[in-house]
Amino acid sequence: MQVTALEGGFGNAPIDSAHAFRGVMNAMARPGTIHDLAGATPPAPLSVAAGVVLLTLCDPDTPVFLAPSRDTQALRDWITFHTGAPFSGPDQAVFAVGAWDELPLTSFPIGTSQYPDRSTTLIVELPALDNTGATLRGPGIAESAQLSLPDLAPLQGNATLFPLGLDFMFTCQSRLAALPRTTKVS
Amino acid sequence: MYVAVKGGEKAIDNAHAWLAEERRGDTAVAALSVAQIRQQLALAVNRVMAEGSLYDPDLAALAIKQARGDLIEAIFLIRAYRTTLPRFGGSAPVDTDAMVCDRRVSATFKDAPGGQVLGPTFDYTHRLLDFKLAADGEVPAVPQAPIQTAPTPHIMSFLDREDLIQSEPVGPETPPDLTRTPLELPADRALRLQALTRGDEGFILGMAYSTQRGYARNHAFVAELRIGAVAVEMDIPELGFAIEIGEVTLTECETVNQFQGSKTQPPQFTRGYGLVFGMTERKAISMALVDRALRWKELGEDNLGAPAQDEEFVLYHADNIQATGFLEHIKLPHYVDFQSELELIRKLRREAQTMQEAAQ
Amino acid sequence: MTDYNFAYLDEQTKRMIRRAILKGLAIPGYQVPFASREMPMPYGWGTGGVQVSAAVLTPDDVFKVIDQGADDTTNAVSIRRFFQKTAGVAVTEATTEASVIQTRHRIPEEALREDQIIVYQVPIPEPLRFLEPSEVETRKMHSLEEYGLMHVKLYEDISQHGAIATSYAYPVKVEGRYVMDPSPIPKFDNPKLEMAGIQLFGAGREQRIYALPPYTKVVSLDFDDFPFEATKADHACDLCGADDSYLDELIVDDAGGRMFMCSDTDYCGKRRKDGHVGAQGVPYQEDAA
Repeated sequence: MQVTALEGGFGNAPIDSAHAFRGVMNAMARPGTIHDLAGATPPAPLSVAAGVVLLTLCDPDTPVFLAPSRDTQALRDWITFHTGAPFSGPDQAVFAVGAWDELPLTSFPIGTSQYPDRSTTLIVELPALDNTGATLRGPGIAESAQLSLPDLAPLQGNATLFPLGLDFMFTCQSRLAALPRTTKVS
Repeated sequence: MYVAVKGGEKAIDNAHAWLAEERRGDTAVAALSVAQIRQQLALAVNRVMAEGSLYDPDLAALAIKQARGDLIEAIFLIRAYRTTLPRFGGSAPVDTDAMVCDRRVSATFKDAPGGQVLGPTFDYTHRLLDFKLAADGEVPAVPQAPIQTAPTPHIMSFLDREDLIQSEPVGPETPPDLTRTPLELPADRALRLQALTRGDEGFILGMAYSTQRGYARNHAFVAELRIGAVAVEMDIPELGFAIEIGEVTLTECETVNQFQGSKTQPPQFTRGYGLVFGMTERKAISMALVDRALRWKELGEDNLGAPAQDEEFVLYHADNIQATGFLEHIKLPHYVDFQSELELIRKLRREAQTMQEAAQ
Repeated sequence: MTDYNFAYLDEQTKRMIRRAILKGLAIPGYQVPFASREMPMPYGWGTGGVQVSAAVLTPDDVFKVIDQGADDTTNAVSIRRFFQKTAGVAVTEATTEASVIQTRHRIPEEALREDQIIVYQVPIPEPLRFLEPSEVETRKMHSLEEYGLMHVKLYEDISQHGAIATSYAYPVKVEGRYVMDPSPIPKFDNPKLEMAGIQLFGAGREQRIYALPPYTKVVSLDFDDFPFEATKADHACDLCGADDSYLDELIVDDAGGRMFMCSDTDYCGKRRKDGHVGAQGVPYQEDAA
């Protein structure tokens, strides 16, 4: 294990994760809003925001899928040391991390009719994230919101699965936005 | 003129102070030590450990003292403490074959290797109040037997050898943990047994008794009841082998129940199983009976609609901490909801009266 | 043992609860199972709400706890003290100053803002439970969107009493999909369930968490010819004169004399401070209430 694996975690886990979770929760509750996350510095190429989300939500109970660009030994060591989360293929993943075009969207669990919550949450790393582009409507949004989504069709398809479906978090550097399955995009 | 009453904070402080005083009782009487409770109220301590799911006689004794002898309250204290403890790992399954038995009886064989050992039982005491205890608790010396170190084989193993008893499938390596994952139905047997072993003794007893009286009767013989100490071992990955980390006293009950079979399968007896922390014999026997009743589906029996066969009913209502909390919460203020009911019933009565008057 | 973690729960438990909250927000009205922990207060006394609050609070929060709308009821006091002790959060009785509000049985009269979170204590999260006692069955009914039983129940009310005889814990349909129990709030509060703040529901003993993101569509079940009505006692508050707030009824003498006062004590106090006086009220004085 490299030295870097031991570094870059939360300085004060209970407090840092509480602040981080507030950002994550607000993002999921208000699709399209962008939140700054801080407290972790994961090894490149993982963004700060994605790193903070992993430290806040992952532990030995949550298998994580790393898409090829994020599947480095340094990052595996870092996640293992700080969260203890096991790594898995997409079909077992509770969380998945990667760039948009390398995530096998149809391979992740979307929940079952009795347990729609048993679906993967995808952390999608984007080169840019701002409030332009696609229009978002649905729970959490008063009228409409805008977000620079990587694509429309797969997200529209995901929303039709409701109450099943995947939930997305979009990260770019320290910034985070989310798109639950309930959001209609156009 | 009306001025709203306030005073919740002060009322709580005063109630706690009064409670502490009542707990202590008359200060002219010596305070009870935790050691005294552990030593002299050992069966209460055992029940608190079993239903608190934490094997620590000192803490259980402390909880009993703090709870003024209310065992459910003591179990609650232990449970609340238990959840705050970090989990270092899981132990290896305990080997009850290797139990050093204080008591071991079988109702199915007059004698068997290891013998019948009555042990410290109330069974044949005449339930006559012993007024000598009121004056002085000293007891005469007890005759000693040499400690039995050879393992006592399970009675079931003799039936097993003849294939007379159903063999148990080996379950998944790590059973689910009721305290770490939400209860999900249908529950497998490992999960049911967990719920039963920490379930309320009175509830499990009542359920077991109902099966004896005919609600899903599956006549049980106590093949063996054994009580004694077993070693707890834990695998240490750095060492590559298991080491003994402690010793716990357990009560284990295995029942032989009515047999079943078919044209293709020769008849076999079936089993019920109980395993409980401490010397907790009533609970372990009850657990074995309820376990057996809950197995109707896997054994291909009919659902007779008996309460003890309904796993959802049994598992959701066996926990006395859940039950007592919810039961007692109805003494909390509910005046908002009651007010809404008052308004509704007044409105409905008004309307009914108007209708009556109109009809006249 | 004195050194408990921030907000009492250990970090792994908080992560588990936080994951459940996120899935709850993603599937509004659906009850997410979670491995509820034994808390140092009894089941049925707000352990679900307490666990949700513990997973949500940061040291910067200002926390308010109400029971029956009041900050001074004993269980509200007890829960507020618990978080003062274990999370060191600031506390308030003023709805507008709070960033997180834990409640039992009421929604504050003042509309919540976008930056506020309300956490409900829930005794029985399953709206179908009293029609079907089996969890296995009700889970199936939700999965199939089979809510006929609920409509039959409400309709039987109408045929027997001429009105829907449910006055609190009045079931709602969320985003046209899940039927949800809004916790035992009076039906007067149901219209407030569509709000700007985040709503989180915690049922500890029943091991369920559910949520409503802001502006989620929440419709109280009814029939075209028997529309839902948010009712309250037909009085004004005798302390502050408000005619738009939910009222408690008090018996004030042996002759059955009664008076009505706001259940939301902060709302009432604030109005009195602003100079409103009800029929039996006294002009506002510091420390008088």
